[in-house]
Amino acid sequence: MSVVEDGALRGATGAKRPSRLFRNPMAKIASIPMILTAMVVFVGGTLWTVVHSFTGSKLLPKLNWVGFDQYERLWDTPRWLISISNLALYGICSLILTLTIGFILAALLDRKIRFESAFRTIFLYPFALSFVVTGLAWQWILNPDFGLQSLVQGWGWESFQFDPLNNPDIVMFGLLIAGIWQGSGLIMCIMLAGLRGIDEDIWKAARVDGIGTVKTYVRIVIPMMRPVFITSLVLIASGIIKLYDLVVAQTNGGPGISSEVPAKYVINYMFQAQNLGQGFAASTMMLCSVIIILIPWAYLEFGGRKNA
Amino acid sequence: MKLSTKLLAATAIVSASAASAVELEVTHWWTSGGEAAAVSKFAEAWNATGNTWVDGAIAGSGGTARPIIISRILGGDPMGATQLNHGRQAEELIEAGLMLDLTDVAEAGGWADIVNPSSLLDSCTLDGRIYCVPVNIHSAQWLWLSHDAYEKAGQPVPSDWNEFVASAPALEAAGMVPLAMGQQGWQQNLAFGAITIAVAGTDAWREVTVNKNADVARGPEYTAVFEAVANARELARDSNVQDWNQATNMVITGMAGAQLMGDWAQGEFSVAEQVEGQDYSCLPGLGLNEILDTGGDAFYFPANDDPEITAAQKELAALLISPEVQVSFNLAKGSLPVRGDIDMAAANGCMQKGLGILADGGILPSGDQSLSADTQTQIEDLMAEFWSGDMSAADAQARYADLIAAAD
Repeated sequence: MSVVEDGALRGATGAKRPSRLFRNPMAKIASIPMILTAMVVFVGGTLWTVVHSFTGSKLLPKLNWVGFDQYERLWDTPRWLISISNLALYGICSLILTLTIGFILAALLDRKIRFESAFRTIFLYPFALSFVVTGLAWQWILNPDFGLQSLVQGWGWESFQFDPLNNPDIVMFGLLIAGIWQGSGLIMCIMLAGLRGIDEDIWKAARVDGIGTVKTYVRIVIPMMRPVFITSLVLIASGIIKLYDLVVAQTNGGPGISSEVPAKYVINYMFQAQNLGQGFAASTMMLCSVIIILIPWAYLEFGGRKNA
Repeated sequence: MKLSTKLLAATAIVSASAASAVELEVTHWWTSGGEAAAVSKFAEAWNATGNTWVDGAIAGSGGTARPIIISRILGGDPMGATQLNHGRQAEELIEAGLMLDLTDVAEAGGWADIVNPSSLLDSCTLDGRIYCVPVNIHSAQWLWLSHDAYEKAGQPVPSDWNEFVASAPALEAAGMVPLAMGQQGWQQNLAFGAITIAVAGTDAWREVTVNKNADVARGPEYTAVFEAVANARELARDSNVQDWNQATNMVITGMAGAQLMGDWAQGEFSVAEQVEGQDYSCLPGLGLNEILDTGGDAFYFPANDDPEITAAQKELAALLISPEVQVSFNLAKGSLPVRGDIDMAAANGCMQKGLGILADGGILPSGDQSLSADTQTQIEDLMAEFWSGDMSAADAQARYADLIAAAD
């Protein structure tokens, strides 16, 4: 890592000031369309949305300013508050559990077990399904009359109760099960690749020093796998923020509004309620929450290195 | 004068259709069995005029289809004609000049005289101009009762909502769910609306929904409504289904005593080959207040630069409301026709009840016609929360009144 950085540094200082902008002109010209797309579509679209969130736009975007009215209404709306707390609950649980389960599965597969590729395929298979299919499948599995509950009751455990999708208090865990089932396979694969990247000599050295397997994982291997964890973290976090299709397919926000999520609020208010201003205000708040998480992380990840 | 205008318009239409056959794409969200059969009546009638009906069915409910339809109109790719619920959904599109003005067709066809109730035409009208053709009437205030369930419970079939509530313990004792209710906001809102009209009466309802008077919504009439709804919530506590037709199926199979649902539920009963008065009963206005709201579907015609298409659009508009098409379409759809001057003798018992109420003038505008989509969605969210949780009736009433106060 440091070698690459030194090389880049030397190149930058050696090339002097004017050439920095004009170095590799062809590559820069070639990337102009992409830069324009990014600027116009992403940055432009974001700015347009933020600006219109301060208007009273209904079905059509209009520039009739209403100040912070949309935001005041948003934060007075119980459905939005429930959406936020649901997302926080789902996010924290999903982050911890997906990482833990993904790593444990990867570590187990890494112990050179028999039929490793068969297990790997089985664990990764759910990821090949879209969230809509996942949601529907788990809606059926968790259906109290046909699914898991009736199966276990049929085995003789008559008092068995597991009906999360119809219980407002635990419905988010019903979604969480489906989300983890779908997502942990991919994380497992990434972790497995990371584990395979650990030099065999490190294991040998640890064994010579008489360090136990679990301790080697926790103290040596996991710290070495930091980039892999960062990648997994970004993948999981982006999946959490855009959580929408799973909810639509599995519970559609129900029972009542107890499994609503922010993205669904945005879509519903923009299109079903024909209130663009309210939808834009909600999506701007989603953007803010992403930025609040992203900036400290980016600072630690990229800003910290310069000082070190 | 009037006759000559009619003749002129008729000649204009005939000459337009004689000139050329036009393909019109028509978008709608009628995709269930009975609905598709009803649309085909329109298509047949239109194809019979020598033009071509290009069917643009969009699967999913209106909530899915409306954004697609609206974004196509906004995006400059207008279809020939499209279904929308009449009401305030297209208001802004009309204001933006994206919809074809049908006033001349309406005047030529004398719609003002034949459309009954006239409120349907009013909700197609903006600033004195007419922009849509109402094609049917759907009403929401119906209580559907299962004879099978009451037989099992050893009770007579109730004849109004109060008797139904009184009979509920017997149903529960016999192991049935008294009230079937799909766990979706719009169904819970529909039940709330039906109970409101039955319990609070039309004056209070009109004051709140049409005039948006929050004081009445905080008043004693609505306190009684919210208590009745809280009571209904307990009766529907064990109903775990989602879609409305699953809830109707609970009534059909006798697992539930009753369901509050619009007249489209009748289609499910006829598909299950049940006979009205023998297997099931229907109580319009919940048997307390024989009044129906008059929501329904209408066709809008997005503005188009091509004069040929515009002429064809006007021809289709006139066709959709013509007597023969109205009869064949509405019999297939199970809805009520928008004109009172046609013979609907083939309709079944529940439809006849509805027609009778319509003829007596027991009608109200629908919520769609009075409240914006925004307010409707907020009320649906409130109802979804109320029905699935333990919110007290007083809290729900206070929040409802706030929404009415903020309604636009």
